[in-house]
Amino acid sequence: MAERPSTDEALFEYLLRLGDNCLILGHRTSEWCGKGPALEEDIALANTALDLIGQTQLWLSLAGEIEGKGRTADDLAYKRDAMDFRNVLLVEQPNGDFGQTLVRQFLFDAWHLPTLQALGDSSDSRLAEIAEKAIKEVTYHLERSTDLVIRLGDGTGESHARLQRAVDALWPLTDELREADDIERTLAGDGMAADPDALAQAWDTHVSNVLSRATLSRPEDGHGRYKGSGKRGRHSEHLGYILAEMQFLPRTYPDASW
Amino acid sequence: MSSVSSSAYPDTKEPAAERTPRPEWPLWEIFIRGQHGLNHRHVGSLHASDAQMAISNARDVYTRRNEGVSIWAVRSADIVASAPSEKGPLFDPADSKVYRHPTFFDIPEEVGHM
Repeated sequence: MAERPSTDEALFEYLLRLGDNCLILGHRTSEWCGKGPALEEDIALANTALDLIGQTQLWLSLAGEIEGKGRTADDLAYKRDAMDFRNVLLVEQPNGDFGQTLVRQFLFDAWHLPTLQALGDSSDSRLAEIAEKAIKEVTYHLERSTDLVIRLGDGTGESHARLQRAVDALWPLTDELREADDIERTLAGDGMAADPDALAQAWDTHVSNVLSRATLSRPEDGHGRYKGSGKRGRHSEHLGYILAEMQFLPRTYPDASW
Repeated sequence: MSSVSSSAYPDTKEPAAERTPRPEWPLWEIFIRGQHGLNHRHVGSLHASDAQMAISNARDVYTRRNEGVSIWAVRSADIVASAPSEKGPLFDPADSKVYRHPTFFDIPEEVGHM
């Protein structure tokens, strides 16, 4: 294969985004373990977290391979600082109440699934293979979060109010999912990653449809525009705290093993 | 069936109920068919607000390790059970009737375990 450094650099960045989204959302979701609103929901949240951490391992391993500096998935997860993380701001937001956790998951899943479906057809077989594995899990994530958003949005006055509050609060952070930058456009142009416009369209269709079935109103776009960009490493303060907890052990006891 | 007392000390007078207890989701019994074409087997129970949620919760609670190809959910309230006190009349009469067990046939070695 011909050397194409620019594509490899873009690909490395892109894989960090995929992996870091899974890692940070997986970690956030795992914070619910033992505290879920019902036993069944607690287990479902833990399952989702585990699925995401499993996917992280695949994406970050490939990222390390493509970077070619011998970094493993663990090195990338545990030995980078906040500004080197490339997850979107949405996934690092605090859990809040169950409504906020659910809406965060739903808005992310609605982006995650079409992204993986497009990657399943990637011209790069390494990406396609990982996407194929993840699609099954994420299809279920989206089914589940969609179902719960409709149930709770169209539920009691209390559950409706909590979901609407979460939608309003998190909406500005979805800009980042829908707006592509050069890295995504370059890879899409090469047939390696999803076409950003089709992706934004798929997200919009699903989210709008579900919000209306859930009797939730869709916030207007463009208000309260968030200035940060997790995809470029400019994060909210929350990420530092997540990393402090997540990275404490491997940094304090390097190479600790079971 | 008698109703379950909400107090651990049924003889002690309770303070007037300030709040009604939160209604629980109904209980469901979950049956899963394994990979090998076996019958659906009872695996446990869980709470869910309706049938669809019961299936979805069953998927999360009971099929994480590749256990099944099919899930049944039945509301526990819909299950009719024999009373434990009738155990004797129901099952004891079979005790002394060994001829009801097919133990008198010689099974050729080659057949192996049946």
